[in-house]
Parts: sequence; C-alpha cells; structure tokens
Amino acid sequence: MSTATINPVLEPVKAPPGYVANRAILTGGSRQVTVLALIAVAIVLPFVLGEYRLFQATQVLIFAVAILGLNILTGYNGQISVGHSAFLAMGAYATAILGIEFGMPYWLAIPTSGLICLGFGFLFGFPALRLQGFYLALATFSLAVALPQLLRYKGIEQWTGGVQGLFVDKPAVPAGLPVTPDQWIYFVTLFVTIALFWAAWNLVRGPVGRAVIALRDHEVAAEVMGIRASIFKSLTFGVSAMYTGIAGSLSALSIQFVAPDSFHMFVSVTLLVGAVVGGVATIWGAFLGALFVVFIPNVAEQISSNATWAVYGAFLLLVIYLMPNGMAGGLEDLFRRLRARAPGR
Amino acid sequence: MDLFIHQLFTGLSNGAIYASMALAIVMIFRTTNLKNFAQGEMAMFSAFIAWWMLGLGVPYWIAFFITIAVSFVIGVLAERILIRPVMNAPLLSILIVFFGIFVILHSLAGWIFGYEVKVFPSPFPEEAVFGTYITNHELGTIAIVGAMLLAIYAFLNFTKTGLAMRGVAENQASCKLVGINVNWMLGLGWGLAAAIGAVAGMLIAPVVYLDPSMMSGVLIYGFAGAILGGIDNPWGAVVGSLILGVVENLLGTYVIETELRLSVALVLIIAILLIRPNGIFGRTIVSRV
Repeated sequence: MSTATINPVLEPVKAPPGYVANRAILTGGSRQVTVLALIAVAIVLPFVLGEYRLFQATQVLIFAVAILGLNILTGYNGQISVGHSAFLAMGAYATAILGIEFGMPYWLAIPTSGLICLGFGFLFGFPALRLQGFYLALATFSLAVALPQLLRYKGIEQWTGGVQGLFVDKPAVPAGLPVTPDQWIYFVTLFVTIALFWAAWNLVRGPVGRAVIALRDHEVAAEVMGIRASIFKSLTFGVSAMYTGIAGSLSALSIQFVAPDSFHMFVSVTLLVGAVVGGVATIWGAFLGALFVVFIPNVAEQISSNATWAVYGAFLLLVIYLMPNGMAGGLEDLFRRLRARAPGR
Repeated sequence: MDLFIHQLFTGLSNGAIYASMALAIVMIFRTTNLKNFAQGEMAMFSAFIAWWMLGLGVPYWIAFFITIAVSFVIGVLAERILIRPVMNAPLLSILIVFFGIFVILHSLAGWIFGYEVKVFPSPFPEEAVFGTYITNHELGTIAIVGAMLLAIYAFLNFTKTGLAMRGVAENQASCKLVGINVNWMLGLGWGLAAAIGAVAGMLIAPVVYLDPSMMSGVLIYGFAGAILGGIDNPWGAVVGSLILGVVENLLGTYVIETELRLSVALVLIIAILLIRPNGIFGRTIVSRV
C-alpha cells in the first residue's frame, strides 16, 4: 500500500488547524474485519449491559455522531466551530416540536430535524465565509451563547416550553420485537450512527471530500483548480450541522427531555475536546473522542470527587502531550511501530 | 441625563476591565499567535491569591503588588512548563491544552478556596466623591487601568526589552539572528499577560464578587473587545473593549433586558466583523500565494 513509507521528517511541523494527512490505521481486508467485529460487539452490547451502562453506550454513539459532524467542518474543512451545541439544540428541539405539535413519528422526525439543521447550517455558513480562524470561532461561539437564551425567550414559549423545556416520548418498540424501549433507542441510535459514519467515510474519500480538504489546505490553490469555495464551505457547514443536529435529535429521544440548559456553550467545548482528543480529520477519531468525553469525567470523579475537573484537565493535557494528533493519530503511530518491528517486513 | 452619564461611566469602567483582559490576550497573541482561553481563569486565580493574602491581614496595596508579582511568575512558568512542549503540535491541540488549563484552574480554585461567592474589598472609600455620576471604585478602576496602559506603553516603546518583545512579535527568526533570546521573550509575554490579568481580576472582583466562575463573562467581553478592535493591535483592542463596555451598558439600561445583553453584544460584533473582518483597527492579512 502507498502508506508503507511515510517519512516522519516530511510530516508538517506547524500545520494548519486540524491538519492530518490522509492516512489509515488499518488497510483493506483487515479494516473490514475490524469494522464488522465492532458492529457485532455493538449489537450484542445491549443484551449484556445494565440499564445505566446501556444509557452511557447510547450517549457514546450520540456524541460520536455529533463529534463526527464537528470533525467534518473543523477537521476536514479547517473551519473552527465553538458553536456546535447550537446545532445539537436545534436538532433536539426540532424533534421535540415536530413530535408534540405535528405528531410526527420519530423515524421521520430524525431525518427532518437533520434537514432543518442542514438548512440552518448552510445559511449560517454563508456569512461565515467572510470569517476565518478565531473570528469564525467567535461567531460560532456567539451562536452557542445566544441560542439557549433565545429558547428561554417568552415570546416563543408556547413552542419551546421556555425554561421548563419539553418532554419527548420515547420511541415505541415495534410490535413483536423482544427488546425494551431502552434497548430499542440504542438500536435506533446504532443504526443511524453506522449509516452516518459510512456516509462520512465515503464522503471524505470522494471528489467532494478532496475538494473540501483542498480548501482547508490551500484555499487559493483550490479555487484556481476550479473548486467553488463559497458553495463547498457553506455546504460543509450545512452537512456538519446536519450530523450534529441528528445527534441532537437522537439525544432528545434517548433522554426524553429537552431544555435550554442542556445546551450550554460548554457542550460546544466538549464536542471540540472530543474531536481533538479523538483525532482531527479522522473518522474513527470521533468515536474515540466520544468515549473520552463520556467516560473520562466519570473516571475523574472516582479519582477525586473534590477536584473532578482538575483531574479531567490533567487527562486532557496528558493525551495532548503524549499524542499531539489525538488518540487516532497516537494509535496509528503505535500500529506503525509494531508493524515495523514485526519480522518479515 | 444623570442616569445616562452614570451608565456611561459604569460602561467605561467595565470597558477598562475588558481592556485589561483584551490587552493580556493581545500580548500573548502577538508573540505566539495563540489566543489564551485560560486567561480569565488565570486572572480569577490571581484574585483568589489576593483574597487569601487579605484574609491573612496583609494591607491591600501590598497584597495587590505581591499578587501581580506572583501572577507574573506563574505566567512565565505556565509558558515554560505547559505551553512550550506543545508549541509544535497542531493549533487545535494547543487550544485543548488551554481548555485543560482552564478547567484545572477553575476546579483547583473551587477546591482550595471553595465555590461559595465571596466579597472582595475595594481599595477605594465607599462615600462617593462625585455624587451620583460615578462611584469611587469605577473611577479608581479607570485610573489604575489607565496607569497600567501608560506603563506598558512606556515599557514597549522606550525600553530595550520592550523593543525586543515587539521585534519577536514581528519576526522571530530575525530576532534570533540579532541575538535576542526569543524563548525568554515569549515567557516574558506570558508573564506580563498574567500580571495584567491579575490587575483585571482584582479590580472586577469587588463588582461581580469572587467565585471560580467570575471571569467567564469578563473573558468573553475581553475577547470580543480584542477582536472588535483588531486582535493584532494592542491599542485597538483597548479602544474596542471600551466601546464594547459602554455600548453593552447603555443597551442593557435602555433597550433590552440584562439577560440578553451578552447575546446582543455578540451579535453586534459579528455584524461589525462581517463588514470589517479584521476588526476596526486590525491590519488586513495579506498572504502570498
């Protein structure tokens, strides 16, 4: 494979935000086997886990989708967003309102919420074209700060439920299936997650993905080659918002409740932490990042209940110091070292 | 009219605090091209150090200057120990390191000093000298920040070290060639930023009260002010912060409810950024293709 000789000297030292060259941990057949094995484990999981662990597993999948959405924008397109909690909120509220006001079934509400977020994301991405780097970060951050306040606003309380929020019905288990509602929402989430990861995997490797990456690495050069920056960047924003919006929709269904306080701007930072710790511009990194942001706070609390977040921060620094390219990058280095050491190469 | 003048001065006083935060942010940005999201928590921690010393019975102004000195040292050490090892990592990773510092300081402050809200004394007498127009603390804040800005201006423009620091901000490679210790200048930038932040923390603490979350709003305004004025221009950042302080306060008084103030301020900034993407006084970035 072409990844056999990678000269570490040629790796960029000071790369643009989120730069990671397109490299794969596993290749060809072994990758397919790994993915299928993981899916098999994921299907067995709800039958062996307790109720709380199952809820956590669902949360991991939801975070993985949300982080993947952010990764498409920040990792592959180089647009830093500190405002993705806003799209999470939009997706969640869209699902809640569609269900309550219009009686829409959940399986239709999930994609509809995604499309609504796609539209908003595209519209937000358009003015964001003028902004780069930290100016964009500030603009998206404003969105994250403003949206919960808007959701609390009295004028639209009859739809959003104001400070109290809204209750969402848990998806009913289809008749005849021997699973509990908790297991069912897990399977719904798992199905959506697999579909979206598969779509993202294909998207970033196809011509659209190459255009998006080219715009990140050198916008002028990409434009000279005929890539329309405005359309592609806005669309990336839209797709990214759609992913995160669908994650929001799933979280509304799994928690059965939406409220403005669930979408504090801190959630945006959590998503960014997940994306970076997992590995920017990697598909699997989103999954690793989701594991980190769901489980490490628990681990930190067990280590010290007084200074939980200090321990969390220490974990964060540790990961970045040991693996500057995130866990996906770190694992991949490990694999390469092991492969280099293996005899017969 | 009295209300207007009073709110104008309150806005200027708040703006002065935002300006100190903005200046601290610009200090680090100019030398390392990084925006320190943990600046607010560093300032908060400094304010706690001052509070602890005041509790031990140290006179206010002695505690004030010791805190500045301690914060300076902490800033230099933070650059040495935490930031330098990741200087070559991708930008986003460095961002997460800042976030790590943010949560660690926040959590440590809560653990050591407690999360309950504390009263932080103002060094200025209670009874107003200028009637209803401006409180003494507001006046004192404006005066101290003004003096600090003058001192920094003098340092950057009239001392050899200041010249070296400006040089490092412009071109690190050339500075190395003429024998400037670039590493030390980067550390110095962090130390100065921490010291400036400490002043801001101690001045805002009597107004917003002391607790681990006190700087979050201030930091956002400081950032917004810096970006509004132009993040590569220290004096633009100061002017931007002052404008922001006044506009935010007047808006909160006359137009909208206090809760929405932050949102409205941010929306205004975005509107301005859409017209002038590099801030009001910022340089347009021209890149060679």
